Amino acid sequence: MKKTYLTALLTSTLLAGPALAQTTLTIESWRNDDLVIWQDSIIPAFNAQHPDITVVFSPSAPAEYNAVLNSKLSAGSAGDLITCRPFDASLELFNQGHLADLTDLAGMSNFSDVAKSAWQTDDGAASFCVPMASVIHGFIYNADAFEALGIDVPATEAEFYAALDKIKADGTYIPLAMGTNDQWEAATMGYNNIGPTYWKGEEGRRALIAGEQKLTDPQWVAPFEQLAKWKDYLGDGFEAQTYPDSQNLFTLGRAAVYPAGSWEISGFNTQADFKMGAFAPPVAAAGDTCYISDHTDIAIGLNAASPNAEAARVFLDWVGSPAFATLYANALPGFFSLNSTPVEMEDPLAQEFVSWRGKCEPTIRSTYQILSRGTPNLENETWNASANVIRGSETPADAAKRLQDGLASWYDPQK
Amino acid sequence: MAARRPFRWHILVFLAPAVLVYTAIMIIPLFGTLNLSLFNKGPGGVEFVGLSNFATLFGDPRWSASFWNALGNNAWFFLIHMLVQNPIGIALAAILSTPRLRMAAFYRTAIFIPTILSFVIVGFVWKLILSPIWGIAPGLLDMVGLKSLFAPWLGREEYALTTLALISVWQFVGIPMMLIYAAMLSIPDEILEAAEMDGITGTSQFWKIKLPLILPSIGIISILTFVGNFNAFDLIYVAQGALAGPDFSTDILGTFLYRTFFGFQLQLGDPYMGSAIAGAMFGIILLGVCIYLFGIQTRLRRYQF
Repeated sequence: MKKTYLTALLTSTLLAGPALAQTTLTIESWRNDDLVIWQDSIIPAFNAQHPDITVVFSPSAPAEYNAVLNSKLSAGSAGDLITCRPFDASLELFNQGHLADLTDLAGMSNFSDVAKSAWQTDDGAASFCVPMASVIHGFIYNADAFEALGIDVPATEAEFYAALDKIKADGTYIPLAMGTNDQWEAATMGYNNIGPTYWKGEEGRRALIAGEQKLTDPQWVAPFEQLAKWKDYLGDGFEAQTYPDSQNLFTLGRAAVYPAGSWEISGFNTQADFKMGAFAPPVAAAGDTCYISDHTDIAIGLNAASPNAEAARVFLDWVGSPAFATLYANALPGFFSLNSTPVEMEDPLAQEFVSWRGKCEPTIRSTYQILSRGTPNLENETWNASANVIRGSETPADAAKRLQDGLASWYDPQK
Repeated sequence: MAARRPFRWHILVFLAPAVLVYTAIMIIPLFGTLNLSLFNKGPGGVEFVGLSNFATLFGDPRWSASFWNALGNNAWFFLIHMLVQNPIGIALAAILSTPRLRMAAFYRTAIFIPTILSFVIVGFVWKLILSPIWGIAPGLLDMVGLKSLFAPWLGREEYALTTLALISVWQFVGIPMMLIYAAMLSIPDEILEAAEMDGITGTSQFWKIKLPLILPSIGIISILTFVGNFNAFDLIYVAQGALAGPDFSTDILGTFLYRTFFGFQLQLGDPYMGSAIAGAMFGIILLGVCIYLFGIQTRLRRYQF
């Protein structure tokens, strides 16, 4: 009798346990660099308002994130909140029913349609991730080096190459800090950084999706022709230079110009002990409209299978608030808020990047929306092609033709 | 009339743990993968497609180009191991088994240690050593006046795969060395003494007496190398990433499978085509092992001591 009573007591404790305890939300993310920021500033700020919800930030390595996340979602072991890659990777998760529909979330009203576009169905009917930030491409330069060599910040192509020539002739600095070992820098910080200037941003990108332009058209080959010229300005052995190598070359003051994404800002601020500046991708001739890649990069969604959906929605609502936008943009300079409410930022380099939004036409990376849906994958092919063109093992025209053939093999509007 | 021998249950009982564990973690997943390769996504969800995934893999110009490129690279990777790793392993074992060698235990341990290191460490350390920016390789070559020979090997299409194969040889040379060393120690002293009586010593003793006696071990090592190389993935992934650059020159079957099965960056994973590649890899390895087992091993002469 006593034993039965004890068993009943134990069982009831077990059953009551989860209901009494705090709700714990786990965030899946690829931003392992941000672990400290989440733990020290973002989560405490959220807990100040919602002490009953415990949030755990649990990142994996960026290169493995998609594979790890897909496996975890299929196995049902993924966290409650999912950091969303832009466009198809997340859209596919939504279509498979892994991400919940967040269209009716109150916080969503704080974002423009453009901001939400990367995490919507093609017809824009359903949104499934709360936009967090975009990243802007450009060039970060060593301001001390530019001053010592008497170089003005370049605005046009001619000035850009003149500056690189001058740095090369002087010999103190490697003109451009970039390698081709990891391939993606060549595509992301090369091709998609300078490219929008030639294909005229959104105009070219949309025409490509509509099938009105081809990758073999001059405006799409031009960025490859520029990249081919970069080869002479890279450091010795750039073929085996990795992404961290390039970062270190620049922050140690051995290279003068770094083709960058704005996400580098916070890392560079702590590493480099010289003055840094930034310039937008150079235009062909003075007075031309400049175009920048202001890429919707990161958002956060709800795992449809999460048992803590109520608490997760509370958190997502908070992510959509201007309070979060200010906190995030200042904790991570270089990740620019997509919130409609303007955010004040303190970092001068971040201010420089974001100031281009005022004078240049923004676009997103050309390969991300729709065009990387098939096999061969246009984004991955572009990595390979950009690295080949810089190494000189493929001509710009050949690379463009290969990309076009690959795209045309599965994408109907391009056939 | 003798009683019928009782059924020997203990054999089943003793075999059970290994059989059950092996079935659960090897055999079921293997057949699961082979089964998955016969399905693909159709208009109405996942459906049985027979061998059409394999038809795509071998028939579609893009898929087959990637596949043959990976297979060719894999064959080269294996060839380097056979030509460099195994002869060096045998030579090291022969030297170690010389009775006059001092500090043999130290050498044996030192050469074997890289084998137990993680691929991640090996890949990272060698990337640093060979780095044109921070590496010690350019400096070392400079010291002996051969700086002109240095190239960013891991970044050049023509050298990258060979370089990685040699790194893998460096890591695993301890395994053939240990196996051959053990085989050499098991050669009875009487045979070697008899050889000495007949005037066969030194190098000719190795070629005429020891080598024929260790041939079965060399066969085993070759097949282990074959299976290991055609399943290789880690080192390439750690050193060159899933895109196996430069320009897919280091892409082997393992990295090709990973990219396809799990997806990469914007490319979504395709478990059905991935399983087809895994099935092809299984077939290649099975074929290689069968050729060895039926074509070579049965013809090897064995000596009873």
